[in-house]
Amino acid sequence: MSLDLATTRRIAKLARIGLEDAELESVRQKLDGILGWVDQLSEVDVEGVPPMVGTEMEALRQREDVVTDGNCREAVLSCAPETSGPFYTVPKVVE
Amino acid sequence: MLTGLTLTEARAGLAARKFSARDLATAHMQAIARLNPKLNAYITVLPEKDVLAAADAADARYADGTARPMEGLPIGVKDLFCTKGVKTTAASKMLADFVPPYESSVTQRLLDAGSVFVGKTNLDEFAMGSANITSAFGSVLNPWQRKGDEATALVPGGSSGGSAAAVAAGLALAATGTDTGGSIRQPAAFCGIVGLKPTYGRCSRWGTIAFASSLDQAGPMTRSVADAGLMLEAMAGFDEKDSTSSNRPVPAFAQAVGKSVKGLRVGIPAEYRAPGLPAEIAAMWEQGIAWLRDAGCEIVDVSLPHTKYGLATYYIIAPAECSSNLARYDGIRFGARKDAPTLDGIYERTRAEGFGEEVRNRILMGTYVLSAGYYDAYYLKAQKVRTLIKRDFVQAFEQVDVLLTPTAPSAAFAQGENMDDPVQMYLNDIFTVPASMAGVPALSVPVGLDAKGLPLGLQIIGRHFDEETVLSVGGALEDAAGFAHTPTLHAEAGA
Repeated sequence: MSLDLATTRRIAKLARIGLEDAELESVRQKLDGILGWVDQLSEVDVEGVPPMVGTEMEALRQREDVVTDGNCREAVLSCAPETSGPFYTVPKVVE
Repeated sequence: MLTGLTLTEARAGLAARKFSARDLATAHMQAIARLNPKLNAYITVLPEKDVLAAADAADARYADGTARPMEGLPIGVKDLFCTKGVKTTAASKMLADFVPPYESSVTQRLLDAGSVFVGKTNLDEFAMGSANITSAFGSVLNPWQRKGDEATALVPGGSSGGSAAAVAAGLALAATGTDTGGSIRQPAAFCGIVGLKPTYGRCSRWGTIAFASSLDQAGPMTRSVADAGLMLEAMAGFDEKDSTSSNRPVPAFAQAVGKSVKGLRVGIPAEYRAPGLPAEIAAMWEQGIAWLRDAGCEIVDVSLPHTKYGLATYYIIAPAECSSNLARYDGIRFGARKDAPTLDGIYERTRAEGFGEEVRNRILMGTYVLSAGYYDAYYLKAQKVRTLIKRDFVQAFEQVDVLLTPTAPSAAFAQGENMDDPVQMYLNDIFTVPASMAGVPALSVPVGLDAKGLPLGLQIIGRHFDEETVLSVGGALEDAAGFAHTPTLHAEAGA
């Protein structure tokens, strides 16, 4: 299947990457080339084969339900590009 | 002299007080000042006073008999590992000013072992690339040059290209790398050094900026196989903070080097004789087979039937995980921010302007293969093929102890080559990706030069958690090859 512009635009929206209309076609071509190449997997018979999740080397553990970290609000907020008091800031999202 | 040592030699010299950690640190800071403007191997060089203070503390430990395994050894750190109070960029504009308030588990272990960090090495943006040309802070130059052709700038490989160039050129005794599909092994081969991707789960991923979490694994990039063992000992070990970290004990890896390989069974996978494999690389591979046979190994032909699907599988799974991991760069919590009137507008502008083209394309590719209607056809299918690729290795390792293959399908290529078609660039990882998909350990060892005078590497792949046998065979290969070449651009070449 080949990738069309409308789908490319929809993916960019899903990924929250603001592409200009002028960029869309070149992105579409690059992705379409890669998708055409990975289509070779369609020839592999995977009937009855389970999907590999992670590398399946270790069983996932549950840790003790105890506090291991915390009280580091300033350190966490120090990474943010814009803060106000003890908060991250965003544009108004409710009317 | 001090910038040309192995870790093992430097550790012995420090212990015997032939030179001080301050001498070592000073020699490296001078080499960096002289060569880094040309190589661009480091994005950030640590302040000299901090490096010297760490070296002085190491000297004090040698004086009072409390020196640790990596005490006073100058190390480069790939700029993908978060370092507390030191800018960590992932070679992206998105994180150009990011100063982590915490230390990654791997770098903390290296510090606890006494390492002296000299700087943060350049890489492909978010570790996505095979030539170190996607860094927002400029390409890295390979210190090797084609014989009689100094004008052509060669790539160091990627994504750990800065680490490889720094170690090859004498700007660090060793460096950390990370490997998702070949990002330690391919640049190690291109720069004539040793690179080890450990078993998935051997080194903690905590505090290492994520690309594809089921594949990412940290490892050492060094000048000898013994050094790779020594440094891996310091980097590896269980970490509660990484749910996929293995709690198996960490063996004394360095002691595996030098052990006899007599009687070990070495598999030669038929499928790695790829069409179009350059004759020089095929010949080097044959030479490697002969060396190991002479060392007493039994050579066995094996088959890994799904090898040819490794890359296509990788280029579905890795972008899918990348699109998920890189969703965190939203312009709100950390990193760069581009303002816009709406929240979606902030996301879209921040991510369009903060990520370079290759990273954007991989996020978009990953978003596509995970999106409704395509998930089963691409992502689920790739996960099933990945099971088959892993089974190939598990079955091969019922017959043999290790596999021997070339590391990369070419020597270092020129900046500007392979740039237009992403698939051409991806083919660089054809021999390294399958081991990543299976999660098994793999080591690249420099074994010779091609006709143009550029280094070539061979790869040894082992069973899950059997780095020791990989290192033993790597040591035998290293002994037989006797690779003692250094690149044209080197701290010890005429200033």
